[in-house]
Amino acid sequence: MPERIDYDAKIPNNVNLADDRRLQRALEGWQPKFMNWWGEMGPTLQTHGVYLRTAVSVGREGWAHFDHVNVPDYRWGIFLAERDPDRRIAFGEHKGESVWQQVPGEYRADLQRLIVIQGDTEPASVEQQRLLGLTAPSLYDLRNLFQVNVEEGRHLWAMVYLLHAYFGREGRDEAEGLLLRNSGSPDAPRILGAFNEETADWLAFFMFTYFTDRDGKYQLGTLKESSFDPLSRTCEFMLKEEAHHMFVGTTGVDRVVQRSADLIREHDTLDIASHGGIPLDIIQRYLNFHYTVSLDLFGSETSTNAANYYTAGLKGRWQETRRKDDHKLTEDSRDLDRPNGDGTWTSDELQAILLLNLDLRGEYTADCQTGVNRWNKILADADLDFRFKLPHPGFNREVGINSGHHITPDGNIVDEATWEASRHRWLPTTEDLTFVRSLMHPVYERGKIASWVAPPRQGINGKPFDYEYVHLT
Amino acid sequence: MTTTTTVTFERHPDTYRHWKLDVDGEVAWLEMDVDEQGGLVPGYELKLNSYDLGVDIEFYDATQRLRFEHPGVKAVIVTSAKDKVFCAGANIRMLASSAHEWKVNFCKFTNETRNGIEDATEFSGQRYLAAVNGSCAGGGYEIALACEKILLVDDNSSTVALPEVPLLGVLPGTGGLTRVVDKRRVRRDLADVFATRSDGVKGKTAVDWRLVDELVPRVGFRESVLARARELAAESERLPGDQGVWLTPLNPEVTDDGIKYRFVDITFDRPASLATITVRGPEGEPGDLHAEGADGWLLRLTRELDDAILRLRANETELGTWVLRTEGDPAGVLAHEQQVLGAKDWLSNEILHYYKRTLKRLDVTSRTLIALIEPGSCFAGVLLELALAADRQYILDGPPIDDEDSEERASITLSEANFGPFPMGNGLTRLQSRFYGDDDHLAWLVRERDHALTPAETVELGLVTDAPDDLDWEDEIRIALEGRASLSPDALTGMEANHRFVGPETIETKIFGRLTAWQNWIFTRPNASGPEGALRRYGTGQKAIFDRKRV
Repeated sequence: MPERIDYDAKIPNNVNLADDRRLQRALEGWQPKFMNWWGEMGPTLQTHGVYLRTAVSVGREGWAHFDHVNVPDYRWGIFLAERDPDRRIAFGEHKGESVWQQVPGEYRADLQRLIVIQGDTEPASVEQQRLLGLTAPSLYDLRNLFQVNVEEGRHLWAMVYLLHAYFGREGRDEAEGLLLRNSGSPDAPRILGAFNEETADWLAFFMFTYFTDRDGKYQLGTLKESSFDPLSRTCEFMLKEEAHHMFVGTTGVDRVVQRSADLIREHDTLDIASHGGIPLDIIQRYLNFHYTVSLDLFGSETSTNAANYYTAGLKGRWQETRRKDDHKLTEDSRDLDRPNGDGTWTSDELQAILLLNLDLRGEYTADCQTGVNRWNKILADADLDFRFKLPHPGFNREVGINSGHHITPDGNIVDEATWEASRHRWLPTTEDLTFVRSLMHPVYERGKIASWVAPPRQGINGKPFDYEYVHLT
Repeated sequence: MTTTTTVTFERHPDTYRHWKLDVDGEVAWLEMDVDEQGGLVPGYELKLNSYDLGVDIEFYDATQRLRFEHPGVKAVIVTSAKDKVFCAGANIRMLASSAHEWKVNFCKFTNETRNGIEDATEFSGQRYLAAVNGSCAGGGYEIALACEKILLVDDNSSTVALPEVPLLGVLPGTGGLTRVVDKRRVRRDLADVFATRSDGVKGKTAVDWRLVDELVPRVGFRESVLARARELAAESERLPGDQGVWLTPLNPEVTDDGIKYRFVDITFDRPASLATITVRGPEGEPGDLHAEGADGWLLRLTRELDDAILRLRANETELGTWVLRTEGDPAGVLAHEQQVLGAKDWLSNEILHYYKRTLKRLDVTSRTLIALIEPGSCFAGVLLELALAADRQYILDGPPIDDEDSEERASITLSEANFGPFPMGNGLTRLQSRFYGDDDHLAWLVRERDHALTPAETVELGLVTDAPDDLDWEDEIRIALEGRASLSPDALTGMEANHRFVGPETIETKIFGRLTAWQNWIFTRPNASGPEGALRRYGTGQKAIFDRKRV
């Protein structure tokens, strides 16, 4: 397996595509369909080159290359992490056996389903972020948007490669289906709910890249454990790129909070809306919304499918190999908090293997908390008393045991009327959304930035903030 | 789970927990909206519109009410009120935790409900359309298969699937396999691929393979479905009728010793494993069928008999022999029968088909059926079908046992009712099944219609098994019943089902005689029901362990 990427090929790759004419033809057949999709559903803003990171290698040292690229000419390619010839299955009933280089017939349908669902989320965020280029707060942010978008596109390629290479004609049909569904489409929506929500403004984009892409990180982390080695290696490399998306989210929210804190101090009032900043309670409401919608992506707390995937070795736990247990989980149990109709909570002891989604969600929540701590540190440093908080996992849920209950951000179970009466305090209101949107004016001058967000501490790849990250004319 | 739940079968749309019935002119919407917490027995949640017996009892109730209470309805849309899911099929945790007889009884009842839907389409001009608005698996697809047309939402992700074989190690037992090849004429190789794929088939492929009839865009789905339903309604040959007949509650008197309805009486003899079902003839001259409505003799009797069969099947599994008796005036029976057979309106049509379906229920009931024909009984025409459905018929050749001076003698009377209107599942009348291939004998029987046949004549005509006289009667019957009760119930079930259904196969006989028989076998095999079997392991996250020997 060449570590270096074959950039002379029509489709850059490190999977020896040139040696597999059938697969090459199939992917070259899909390529124009992808380009059509990108043309229709990709970023709306026309540019003349964006300072993008392109993967040129998969090794530890220097896998990325930075340069201005005309976005439609970006070389979307197929890159898998290097193969470990000694890799063994780490969990489930096949634990200890060699990993699979081919799809076992028995698990074909399940693996295909997992890959299709993962694949379906990748183009969805591109679609959701389609219009954001028109209102970017700076060239730096605009560049990051494009970076996220092209890499989501590449992640789509990664999943499509697996479908084409390992799942025959059906895989090719599914690969095409990924381009036929569209985020928020009334006709053929994306499979998962959160990917049909609108990302209408840049605060939403930062929240999305912080919370929703972080779900992606955890899902990829579980697929990286897969016994199906090509999937594992694909996800391992995707995780490298995904880290940047979360960086965009983390620092994006940082900068919004920083700017708001600065304005609060400057004007000595929390009501900074009239000064062009985003009030902290609106940020909290955005956080509440994006966090809870992302929790839904983990699926139901108890899941037979997740258990089956685990036993079969298709999808592991986060950092499976670092866990200190038998990696089969047939004997373990853990507790699940369940809301009751009378307003109380019950704790049920259930088989651990049925609670894998909850396990992953727990890892995710802990990770999300680090961001909240970061943002609170900014407030503390500014001598402000306000603190952000992750809402209770039962709050505002559409999926799992909490759906159908009305749970406050503090975890109290209330009746529907009470909940609805406070909704405006907890979730973004129409007024909030309109207000945030009213701030979204594009700032395309070098070194300038919109009123509602602070500039980044550092530029990209050692470049200064006022570098011309995007050529617009 | 050894359940002590007593199952009742009467429901009403006002109190449905799992369905919404909405009649809008010629079209009715029947929307499945299963209450997760509304299982008939504790111990499972009905997620994703999955169903148990309780859900299906409501479904059956709705189909019955549509036929009787809504004569104006010509098309019925079956769809789901839930987002993204049509129906996930029979609830697996319910199946896995149920006793064998509960599983089988559930399968039988659900099959009868599906057959009833096809019967409504064929004979009542009430045409069913499945509007599959989300994922549709197993028994969910089998509901769709029972409908005349299947529309699938074209959202690029919804599928139809029969995942029982790959996921559960059992068969799609509610007619799934049979309807796919026999009714929808899906090619057998494609059917094989389809039924071994746990993820099912979507979109254009589903249409190409004939698994569904048409794709309908997600936007405007309900409008498109309604338009299709209106087209079906326009083609319907439903007999005109604007005033429905309300199916009022039966209010049976239920005790430990039996069940009493107005025209049906059941007494239990538990030590002897016996239920005696006595059906009473009409009380007077036939009145106006429409004015009498649910109180008319034949309709009321049919509803009671239907309810009684279902209750006995579900709640009295150890009463292995049913003795069928009648009481009343044969002339009265024939007069009422003639009134219904003679009228060609929607209500008489419904009553006849309902009686037909109830007799079919009897035919597929896994209980020994013994008809006792005594003085004072009224086995004439429609009621004679009960005796002909039985495995054996005994007629008393002499005076009543408790009144030896009486002139009264037992008789039976053949009528038009015995020669066509009430075919069995194999498409033959009970007489044609009894004298299979013997057309001369059947022609002879036609000539013996419309007069009372003496015990001697019934023997000569081959219409009874034996005709003991009053000296032997009690002993003969006792010995016959006791002998029966001593035999293996499983062997009896197999034997009776074999004898009852002679001749040609139909979709119905294949479903009951083949598919469900296989299913019963599979249900008891370790590969499905053993502690490591697929049905038991489902939902535990652990994989089934199969005994790889093929039998």
